[in-house]
Amino acid sequence: MAGPIDLDHVTSLEREARSRYTHRALVCSSTACLSAGAAGVRSTLEADVAAAERSDEVQVVASGCPGLCSRGPLVRVESRGQQPTLYEHVDEAAASTIAQQHLIEHRDQAEVDVVDPELPFYAKQVQVVLANAGRIDPDRLEDYVAAGGYHALESALRTMTPDGVIDEIDASGLRGRGGAGYPTARKWRLLHAAQAGPGGDKYVIANGDEGDPGAYMDRTIMDSDPHRVLEGMALAAYATGASKGYVYVRAEYPLAIERLERAIRAAKRAKLLGRSVLGFEFAFDVEIRVGAGAFVCGEETALMASIEGRRGLPELRPPYPTERGLWGQPTMINNVETLANVPAIIRDGAAAFAAVGTAESRGTKVFALAGSLQNTGLIEVPMGISLREIVDEMGGGIPDGHRFKAAQTGGPSGGCIPEHYLDTPVDYEHLQQLGSMMGSGGLVVMDDTVSMPEVARFYMEFCRDESCGKCAPCRVGTVKMYDFLDRICRGVGRPRDLWHLENLCKTVRATSLCGLGQSAPNPVFSTLDHFRDEYLALLRDESLAAPAPHGVANSDALPNLRGDT
Amino acid sequence: MSLVPPRSGGPRPNVPVVLDGEEVSAYEGETILALARRVGTDIPTLCYLDGLSIHGGCRLCMVEVAGDSRLPLACATPVTAEMEIRTDTTALRNHRRRVIELLFAEGNHICATCVSSGACELQDLAATNGVDHIHYALEFPRTDVDATHPKYVLDRERCVLCTRCVRVCDEVEGAHVWDIAHRGNSSTLVAELGKPWGEASSCTWCGKCVLVCPTGALSFKGRSTGEMRHDPDVIEFLTRLRDEGEWVDRQEVSS
Repeated sequence: MAGPIDLDHVTSLEREARSRYTHRALVCSSTACLSAGAAGVRSTLEADVAAAERSDEVQVVASGCPGLCSRGPLVRVESRGQQPTLYEHVDEAAASTIAQQHLIEHRDQAEVDVVDPELPFYAKQVQVVLANAGRIDPDRLEDYVAAGGYHALESALRTMTPDGVIDEIDASGLRGRGGAGYPTARKWRLLHAAQAGPGGDKYVIANGDEGDPGAYMDRTIMDSDPHRVLEGMALAAYATGASKGYVYVRAEYPLAIERLERAIRAAKRAKLLGRSVLGFEFAFDVEIRVGAGAFVCGEETALMASIEGRRGLPELRPPYPTERGLWGQPTMINNVETLANVPAIIRDGAAAFAAVGTAESRGTKVFALAGSLQNTGLIEVPMGISLREIVDEMGGGIPDGHRFKAAQTGGPSGGCIPEHYLDTPVDYEHLQQLGSMMGSGGLVVMDDTVSMPEVARFYMEFCRDESCGKCAPCRVGTVKMYDFLDRICRGVGRPRDLWHLENLCKTVRATSLCGLGQSAPNPVFSTLDHFRDEYLALLRDESLAAPAPHGVANSDALPNLRGDT
Repeated sequence: MSLVPPRSGGPRPNVPVVLDGEEVSAYEGETILALARRVGTDIPTLCYLDGLSIHGGCRLCMVEVAGDSRLPLACATPVTAEMEIRTDTTALRNHRRRVIELLFAEGNHICATCVSSGACELQDLAATNGVDHIHYALEFPRTDVDATHPKYVLDRERCVLCTRCVRVCDEVEGAHVWDIAHRGNSSTLVAELGKPWGEASSCTWCGKCVLVCPTGALSFKGRSTGEMRHDPDVIEFLTRLRDEGEWVDRQEVSS
């Protein structure tokens, strides 16, 4: 049996190999660019380079995602002694041009459109989690190691106690990136203190069941840099005393699953996972569990039920997973992005991480920019950046002469933020104050052609379809809230419908079993808060606004259209 | 988690709790629901049943606890010392009434044609919680009546998905004939992964599911309107017998 991987040796071998190439062409092979034809671009580059007999000078790599999805397929060319060039909208013809002019004739730049390196979309980013995305081959462990990967794990195992690792995470101020922002170190300490039953394991789960419409941060992290997630899990396991890990990925992410599987195999072979990680007395193994398409399985207890092979239904808490989780054993569930932050914190220190962001929300956050913007894609920004900077500068503003209307964050659990709050800093507390939430990082920008009641109806339809059906308020309430919204949107709603809708929203929020139902009314509340006029304009027959008291059966209050019941 | 008071000579209740403004003493680890029933405070329940595991799906037994912004379930929350509990505020009444209305809107609860009319827990809940009107559009679902079993009938249009039948069959009878298929609004009670009940070979014909059903969804074959009588308390009796080897005077339990 071979011994564990020697990280420094691999790094120097990798550097040496790379120094033999004059050019390294990285073709984005993440989901968006692949569907835009990146596979053909890569084979064209490879064929042209081979035909010119330059294969030993030019390396063509299938890389992860550089982020600017709206201009894909993207090709990044790194040339010796030169700033990297990022080509946009590359089709096979453009690929031939790049191969001929840049890679073979050694021109500084081919006559193909490039992304301006000063573009705010990139210039304003601070990349921690996405540092390797688009710059390495996600299928090669050596690429990750050469980029500094697994060094944090090795140094933690060599020099830090589990408590020391948790203290470092604590000092960094890292909070959960799945949406709620629970302090990560606090969760880790709970698992650290928990005792597994006799013969049992403690578990760490990476939650990659990203389901918000328009959000694909976790998918990109997993398919562009899978080893970072594994290293984060291994560090979490070492710190908490867990010996077994699961990555829970939704079935809709086949590419992420494939690359994670390959990464796990490679990590096991290199003894970065297994009975004795890197030769230390620390055992940790990771398995993938593929979801079956239910949004509710992102909820911790439902996720664990799904891993155990049961119906993905949420359960009552307490007991919390750290007390009684997977198979009754102490379990900790962290979002993929949270775990992906961990290696950088351990490697570069808590202070470096905490230097970015705001006092309460440290570090960076990855957002999936979507909707009516010039530039859409994946960005990683320091916490505390204003929404205006994201929308106007990074997103490049609204196309086609339209005006900004609202930014939706937090998916079906979040809310819509209107223009006069655009200067709000993006962090957990501020977004919550606006009736929205950070969520996992979906950010959908809407222009003035969008009807806000229709937006609320869209998200309610989503919640209705995704309700698991266990508790009555969510199972039936989402159907009825959708009905009211649909009546209003179709112009046949009465003032009374709006009044019932608001009351029902309050009940569903207060009485549902899990976060899905409790937050399902949020898009309605936030659009009503900021765009009530649009609802009122759609209502039929204003004369019914104030029915006589005896005309209302068993009501707790009369309809009050200002919403202050 | 039994609601039956411990036998005399056992520990005395010594956890001080304020229930609806009155100071009462609870047993260590007693749930809010058990305490409330013991001291005669009525908290509405639907999916909860003595002797079965906690489901937490109907949400009707929610209460207000001082210092807690959520509404904890009385059936699943143990009391703690000095807990201040309110079981009957305006907000709770409104929430409960709306949830009951939603249950009515979801199914076809036509009392005039139902075998269980007069002995239906949903009907009782409507009466005791002031539901005299359904403010939501009725769904009028059309589902098949499963009358394939020689002794019993399942009418899914009257099912409130409380899962009492699922739990009693799994936890007490040990047969696990029943489960819920599909999700959300499409959730439906199925026997043996969707077989007609009469063809479900795991069914022992014990009838416990019928006895615990709170509505007319499960009934004895041959009953006409208003003739069905359920007997959910029998499960408490059976589980006490099983777990503690003790015959409980059922008159005493139900009083």
